[in-house]
Amino acid sequence: MRLTVDAIDAYYGGARALDGVSLAAGVGEVVALLGRNGAGKSTTLKSVMGLVATRAGTIALDGVAIGGLAANARARMGIGYVPEERRIFAGLTVAENLEVGRQPPRPGAPAWTEARILALFPALAPLRHRPGERLSGGEQQMLAIARTLMGNPGLLLLDEPSEGLAPLLVAAMADAVARLKAEGLTVLLSEQNLRFAARVADRGYVLARGRVVRDGTMAELLADRDAIGRHLSIGG
Amino acid sequence: MDSALATLRLMAAEPSFALAQALTGLASASSLFLVAAGLSIVFGVTRVVNFAHGSFFMVGAYLAVTAIGWLGGGAAGFWGGVVVAVLGVGLLGVLVEVAILRRLYAAPELFQLLATFGVVLVIQDGALFLWGPEDLLGPRAPGLRGAVEIFGQRIPTYDLFLIAVGPVVLVLLWLAFRRTRWGVLVRAATADREMTAALGVDERRLFTGVFALGALLAGLGGALQVPRETANLHMDLNVIAEAFVVVVVGGMGSVVGAYLAALVIGVVHAFGILLFPKLTLVLVFLIMAVVLVIRPAGLLGERGAASRQGAPEAPLRPASARLRWTAAALFAALLALPAVAGGYVLVLAVDVAILALFAASLHLLLGPGGMISFGHAAYFGIGAYGAGLAWKWLAAPMVLGLAVAPLAAGIAGAAFGWLCARASGVYLAMLTLAYAQIAWSVAAQWLAVTGGDNGVLGLWPAPWAASPAAYYYLSLVLCGGGILALRLLVHAPFGQFLRAGRDAPRRAEALGVAVGAQQWLAFIVAGAFAGLAGGLFAYAKGSVFPTYLAIPRSVDGLVMVLLGGVQSLSGPVVGALAYVGLADELARGVALWRLVLGAAIIVLAVAFRRGLAGAVGDAAARP
Repeated sequence: MRLTVDAIDAYYGGARALDGVSLAAGVGEVVALLGRNGAGKSTTLKSVMGLVATRAGTIALDGVAIGGLAANARARMGIGYVPEERRIFAGLTVAENLEVGRQPPRPGAPAWTEARILALFPALAPLRHRPGERLSGGEQQMLAIARTLMGNPGLLLLDEPSEGLAPLLVAAMADAVARLKAEGLTVLLSEQNLRFAARVADRGYVLARGRVVRDGTMAELLADRDAIGRHLSIGG
Repeated sequence: MDSALATLRLMAAEPSFALAQALTGLASASSLFLVAAGLSIVFGVTRVVNFAHGSFFMVGAYLAVTAIGWLGGGAAGFWGGVVVAVLGVGLLGVLVEVAILRRLYAAPELFQLLATFGVVLVIQDGALFLWGPEDLLGPRAPGLRGAVEIFGQRIPTYDLFLIAVGPVVLVLLWLAFRRTRWGVLVRAATADREMTAALGVDERRLFTGVFALGALLAGLGGALQVPRETANLHMDLNVIAEAFVVVVVGGMGSVVGAYLAALVIGVVHAFGILLFPKLTLVLVFLIMAVVLVIRPAGLLGERGAASRQGAPEAPLRPASARLRWTAAALFAALLALPAVAGGYVLVLAVDVAILALFAASLHLLLGPGGMISFGHAAYFGIGAYGAGLAWKWLAAPMVLGLAVAPLAAGIAGAAFGWLCARASGVYLAMLTLAYAQIAWSVAAQWLAVTGGDNGVLGLWPAPWAASPAAYYYLSLVLCGGGILALRLLVHAPFGQFLRAGRDAPRRAEALGVAVGAQQWLAFIVAGAFAGLAGGLFAYAKGSVFPTYLAIPRSVDGLVMVLLGGVQSLSGPVVGALAYVGLADELARGVALWRLVLGAAIIVLAVAFRRGLAGAVGDAAARP
């Protein structure tokens, strides 16, 4: 699915969190939002999902404006959201968590079944009856993505997918994102881990204080030492 | 006491008698469980404590009587009638959710409670209008009319049927929540509403469904009660107080906990009626107190399930020079009132002064304390009874009576507050309500001391204060002084600690503020001032009745505070003035005044959350 975000503003109370953010993601493209804590990455994803209200600008999915829709309607249109804190339903089993995410297949988006998803994340298969609260951090992250895939999304929003994962799991996560891209999914993810972003993303947007300050292919961004030093790295 | 001992001796000699009594208790427990389970499920998902849940129970009973009447006798008529009643109540639940609650999910708990109490009032007058004031005797269940002999005791078959209903419903609910997609979605939404919505679940429809289920269960409880008791207009508040206790004891949101608690309460109630017929509610209260001291979140509840949430409030500012001058001018004008106004206006003015103090004392808990007291009438009434009983039994003069009133209410505040300061949010609201109901039942049932419903009569002010003008001045000085004292307290270190504890309890604790102790103190202070108001009210009216500590009086206080605005220190005074005016007009001019008042409360809670003082402040602040 194609996402177009045009000049959106968002506020938390009186504080402006997004200031005229514009970006686009094409079909089957993986796009990274880069920037430090508080730059507006998560807020951008939540605005697209409909969890944060935008005050100005438009958000469109395949050319259809979705700004006025509630989160559940956006999800049923094909947006899948994996929050930074995973937000697994702690009292529900793995299978029940997947059930909550289940939606009918949608024309034009890859159709998932529980079997296909468990093939993507084989570590979850033996845990079907385990409650969410008894999963490790990595298992929770996989379940969070798996749960969202049950809704057959065309656009996947991943908030900090590599955060808090062991290096081996970071690599597995990168493989999973590559597999989803190969299925034709559009992925918009936020990342602080530049190496992970460079590995999975085609293009990137650098955010600072709620604005897009730089964009380009990942190769272009990585070559721009100045932008990286100013907006991404800690002390160069 | 002697009769209690005799009963115990009887039970020791004839154990089957105790068994029969226990079975009666279990049968009652089933109805109570149905009501409490619905309340608990609705709370779990929507985080709303539905005061009107007892009203659904009552409507279930009335509808069943009517529907069985339409469908004629026989088994088909009876059970068909029950089904019609249950579905009707479910429909009513959908209506209430879609029209009112849906607009309140993001509002503070207090407004949710108040709006649903508005629904209680509307349904009460609706039932009065539809079914009339007389109790309605329903038919008995065909096929279950007889009795079964167990160890020589005749147990009604219908009681045995009811005893079975509880576990059957419990198992069905368990299956619905564990084995159906709907149940999984409900449990997901209970844990994380926003995430569930982000996965494509329409939580509005889900909430409506859950609310309808809760209403259905309450309606079923009411309909099944028809063969055991008459349908009457007091069922709603009677059952809701007990259901609150069951839900608190069982743990908010836990259906199994509700079942266990209903069993305990039902059985204790059955034996309590035999042993201490006057004090059954006190026994129930004791159980609740013991459980909460040992397990603050109830038997099977999770800690933090009912914690307070909401945005921190803007800091309070000392009165501006303009407000001070306005207050001084108002006070001067009030001093001059007897010179220009007649007796009736002075009587109304005394009411306003007393209610303003009552509202201001409640405001200390609600506003700076951030604690929802839904039973503030207890202190008002205990103050009034303190004065009344001091006169009745000790022939105490008025001055002494007016000293006893705040003292008695302050002691009650200390007792209730000690238990309440352990709870927060909706737990606190339900606990305070339950305590107030207990105080009410003592006043109403302990005939020998309080005179029961006949009240304490013939209480008159001392000769020097007997004229309307003199009593008006006395009320003005005591109430004005009380309100001023409360205001000073809010700005004193005590008030600052209290507000710190409200906004950030952990940080306040870390800074060395004993938050619990400050909250306890707030209960004592608020209780004492409410008691003073009650004492003044007793002498103003010349009598004391149990209605002084009934739920409607507590709601009066809440409405006054909300009418004025919780965030405003001047709010209670403005609210009392507006409320007395409104109530006076309503009581004189409108037949179905509860319906009008209930609708007004609903509109207030849905549309005007910042109150009159807040609205005026907004208008003044606008550029």
